[in-house]
Order: sequence, then C-alpha cells, then structure tokens
Amino acid sequence: MRRPLGPVGAVLRHVVLMAGAAVMLAPFVWMVLTSFKPQAEILVAELRLLPTRWAAAENYATAMTRVPMLRFLVNGAVVTAAIFVLQVLVNLPCAYALAKLRFRGRGVMFAVVLLCLLIPHHVVAIPIYILFHQVGLLDSYAALVLPFAISVFGIFLMRQFFMTVPNDLIDAARIDGLGEFGIVWRIMLPTAVPAITAFGIFSVVAHWNDYFWPLIVVGSEELYTPPLGVAFFRLNDQGTEYGPLMAAATIVILPLVAAFLVAQRRFIEGITFTGMKN
Amino acid sequence: MTTVALAPRVAEGARGRVTIRGLTKSFGATRVLRGVDLDIADGEFVTVLGPSGCGKSTLMRIIAGLERQDGGSVAIGGRAVDALRPDQRDIAMVFQSYALYPHLTVRDNIALPLRMRRLTFAQRLPLVGRLVPGVRPTERAIDEAVRRVAAVLQIEPLLARKPGQLSGGQKQRVAVGRAMVREPRVFLMDEPLSNLDAELRVHMRAEIAELHRALATTFIYVTHDQAEAMTMSDRVVVMMDGRPLQVAPPARIYDDPEDIRVARFVGSPRINVLPAAATGRGSLDMRGLELPFDADLAAGTAVQAAFRPGMATAVRGSDPSGLAGVLRHRENLGSDLFLHVALPGIEAPVVVRVDPTAVADFPVGEAVSVRVPPAHALVFDAAGARLRPRASAAMRRHG
Repeated sequence: MRRPLGPVGAVLRHVVLMAGAAVMLAPFVWMVLTSFKPQAEILVAELRLLPTRWAAAENYATAMTRVPMLRFLVNGAVVTAAIFVLQVLVNLPCAYALAKLRFRGRGVMFAVVLLCLLIPHHVVAIPIYILFHQVGLLDSYAALVLPFAISVFGIFLMRQFFMTVPNDLIDAARIDGLGEFGIVWRIMLPTAVPAITAFGIFSVVAHWNDYFWPLIVVGSEELYTPPLGVAFFRLNDQGTEYGPLMAAATIVILPLVAAFLVAQRRFIEGITFTGMKN
Repeated sequence: MTTVALAPRVAEGARGRVTIRGLTKSFGATRVLRGVDLDIADGEFVTVLGPSGCGKSTLMRIIAGLERQDGGSVAIGGRAVDALRPDQRDIAMVFQSYALYPHLTVRDNIALPLRMRRLTFAQRLPLVGRLVPGVRPTERAIDEAVRRVAAVLQIEPLLARKPGQLSGGQKQRVAVGRAMVREPRVFLMDEPLSNLDAELRVHMRAEIAELHRALATTFIYVTHDQAEAMTMSDRVVVMMDGRPLQVAPPARIYDDPEDIRVARFVGSPRINVLPAAATGRGSLDMRGLELPFDADLAAGTAVQAAFRPGMATAVRGSDPSGLAGVLRHRENLGSDLFLHVALPGIEAPVVVRVDPTAVADFPVGEAVSVRVPPAHALVFDAAGARLRPRASAAMRRHG
C-alpha cells in the first residue's frame, strides 16, 4: 500500500532527516571543538567555531595526566564487560526456562519479570546501597557490577527471542543427548547471537555511560569509571576547566564511537531487531 | 542412495521391537490418546496415518520420550522405557521442520549425537576439550562414522555447509543422516516429507523405503498423507480420535477396512457411502436395488453400503440394474475419468471411475446409471463398524 515518494518528497525527507541529525550532532561537534580551545577563548561572548589559538595538545595532555584517565578507561572496560558477561550467564537460562520449559508458576514468574521492568533502578538504589554497606561491599568492583548482574530487560528480550526458536530444535537436541543447560549454551546461545548483540549494545552503552551508580558506591579514585573521571574536571579548586573537561569527555566517548563504526551494521540490526531505542 | 554400503545390523530379534500398552494422554480437558495398544516387530516399517489432531504426533512424542504419558507403557527392545530420557531410549527422530542446528555445519550436525555419547563433558568443552587425553581417536572415529553416513546419503559435498545454504531436499537428507549415525533401535519420523514439493516427495518416498530395506531397523512414520502410508509401509495404523481404528498392511486397509472412518480416510477420490436397509432375507435394499448380503440382520435395520469409485461401473441412460442419477461433473485426469453422478435425495454425488476414452459417451447433464457389483460393496452398521456376510466371516475364521 506504500506509494513511492516523488522527487520533492525524497528531497524533503532528506532535509528533515538532516535537520534532525544536525540537532543531535551539534553538542558533540561543540564538545570536540571546545576541547581544542584554550580557556580564554571558550569563555568569549561571540560564537566562533574554530579556535584562533589551538590548545588541543595542552587540553588532551591535561585530561590524560591530571587524572589517571587510562586507569578509568580500563575500569570502565572491566566493569562493563563483567556486567555483560554476568547478564548473559543469568539471562539466557532464565529466558530459556520462561520461553520453553513448562512448569507450575511460569506465568506468574514472567509477570514478575514484566513488573520489574517498570521499576526504575533509582528506586532500588538506596536499598541496594544499604545492603552493600551492611555486607561491606561498598567501594569495590563488586559494588559496581553486581547490582546489574540480573537484567530483567535482558531476560524479557531474550525470552521474546527464544519464543521464536522452533520447539523441534530443542526436541532434536534432547534426543541427541543434550541436557537442558547444554541446550542453553550449545543451541540457544549460538542461535540467539543477533538478540544478544542487540542486548549487548544497550547494556554496554548504558553502563559505560552510567554516572549515577558509580558516583554513590565508589569513593576511591582507583575505582573510578570514565564518567566520574570526566566529572573530576568540573568544580575543582580552580573552577571548571572547560578545555580539559571537554577533552576528557571526548576521550570517554571515543571507545563507543569506535565500537559503533566497527560494528555499525550490527548496531543498526540490533536496534531494528528490538524495535526500540533508549 | 542407490547402493547402500551400511551392512544391516546383526539380528538380535527383539532389538527394535516396540510394545505399547494402554497409552493415554490428555492436554487439559482434551483427551488426545484414549488407550493405544500397538505391537511393532523388529525391523518393521509402520506408518501411523490419520487426520491432524488425531493424536498421532503425540503418540510419536511419547515413544520418543519428549512427552510423558498419563497412563500406559512403552517398551523398546523388550525393555520398559517410560522412565528414560529421550537420549537413553536408543531412538532417533526426523522432524517435519528437519530441526537442523542452524549454527553448525552439516558435518557437525551429524556428528553431534555421537559427540554427546562418546565424549566426556570435559572433552566436549570448546578449545580446552582438544587437550583432554583420548579426544583425538574418538574424534577420528566420529568423523569416520559421519563420512560413512554422508556417503550413503550422497551428501559428502555438503559436509562443510551450514543448513541455511541447503535446499529442502538436502536438509531432509542431513536430518536423516543425523538420525542414522547413531544406529538407533528405532527411527521415528514425524511427517518428514511434508515440507517438500510434490515431485521431491515422491522421490524421497522411494529413498526412505530403500533406506529402510538397507538398514533393516524399525521405522515408525507419522503422516497424514495416505500415499506415503500406502507406498512405504509394512503395516499402517489408521488413527482417529486418539485411538487406532485398524492396524493392517496397506492393501488390507484399502480393500478391507474395519471401520467406515478408515474407508473414508483412505482412498482418493473418497469411497461412496449410501444408506441401505436390510430386507430380512439375506440381502440389502439400496435405493430400490437389491444387493445380496447374507448376514443376521433384522428386516429394516439401517446400514451403510460403500463402494470405491473404481469398483462401480457407469452406463449412459437409465438401467434397471443400476442407481439412476444425473451426471453433474466430469474430471478427466488423463489416466482416469471420474464421473460425479447426482442421485436424487442424496447430497454428495457418487463418484465412478470409467475409462477416459469413453469421455464422449457421458455428456454432462445426461442421465447415468451406476452399477455396483455386490462382491465389491462394503457394508457397515449405523455406527460405522464393518459388517461381513456370513460366508466370508466363516472363511475368515477358518483362514
């Protein structure tokens, strides 16, 4: 029922899309440009795109040396990877059970999963904080990772995907001698790679960029994640240093941008697969 | 698959014998199986034939151990398997959807059941498994087994491919290969040809029958396609409403049905069924025609007389020894010409097969008489159970 757009429509569509893209990109462009400017030029009243005196080297040097930025990046990578691996380890068996096993209470359990989707994690942040305080886990990698080890969104997403896997495949695996966990890891995991990729994108982006939770559970500088490292340049004793701040922010988003460029096709597949975006 | 290299297994007599007793199964309020008893001999090819929803797939899934029965028991090779997992039952199954593992190559698909049986958990681990002692010779033996099966099925060039790169017929062969490689006691096939096009289906029918002869293993084959049941099986189980109605060789199912539902389900075009009544003097009255039928029936007892389209003959015009009707429609299939004759007061037309060269003799809309040779009429009681004339009943008893 779709009529092809005429030439006017095609042009108009691109104009609208490009305007949208410009609005989305503008802050990033401004961030990168600001990271090239000395403090004095950043604070001038007039709007100027390119710096008259390039201060990129100083800003990036400051961003890398004033704080152990490399350490923060490594922390970020370790924490995000650990969260993702744990999420897969927990989500896949749960999703498989909810999608393919028949047991009493399955409907209720799935309803509970859906209910948990509605709870924002800020609501449970304080109770979890108190819990971690009581078991003495605050200010550790565990504090950064464990609260996210179970992702109800991930369980839901994988369950929906597993519903589409034919039952015959699972029956064939049972006849071939695979146990239920064997089915999860040897059959369901490989067939679910597109869904896991999609989920991985959401998980990694969300936890790489997470500022709220690391801020409240981590005190020691050597456990800082990249967003905390960026915030370090804000409101220190000399006031906010915008050049190094923007340089740090650029460094922090660089790995995500690089990952996106490498896996662009998968990324878009992932978004279209879930039919949603954050 | 013309020459088969696999040696038939050493006869152990009962190895592939399947004994089913009093099997029942309900899903909620729906009774899917209502007491199934079945004895299948070692090496027999048995087809379970029935319309969708008759319980034939459930029966197969219970034999495989994928579904647990509510009551009754299943024994394979003389050993009760009710408490065993599917992989412990020594069976293999071919699914309608083939159910090949999409992420594995054809070689790995076929090898998987052997890997699961012959390798330990540690040996099966990715990467590190290779380092565990004893893996190499086992892997070599598995590879050899896969190669042998692939040679029989002529799928050697496909071994490195993924299922997504195969045609329907090739997937079908790989699925059969995965079942064969384990050398199971019993092959279970759940409508394995339903997803193939008509031509390939006919071809695979012959291949599966040939494979059965070569392997001499028990085959249980579920289908709703009577052509598959009639062409491949040693015996056919016609199932309806969760019960086997008749278990017999294909020719007996066709010529000598025990139940009117069997007679109706098997045969194309369908068997003609007309109401008749016993006269009380050793014959039936079928719409004014007297059919000799020597049985103990009180005069006026309502029965159903049935005859296959190929058994009756048609003549143009009205004939006192035939059923008078009007030709409504002709179907010329080249080899056969089917006449649809409307009888007054009967809703479904009677179908009669005549020689296609006689097409000019039967203009549509003209009067036609249908003659039914009494020897070929099958008589059923009002409930659908077969009635036999006294003489032949006696013959059956002595024979």
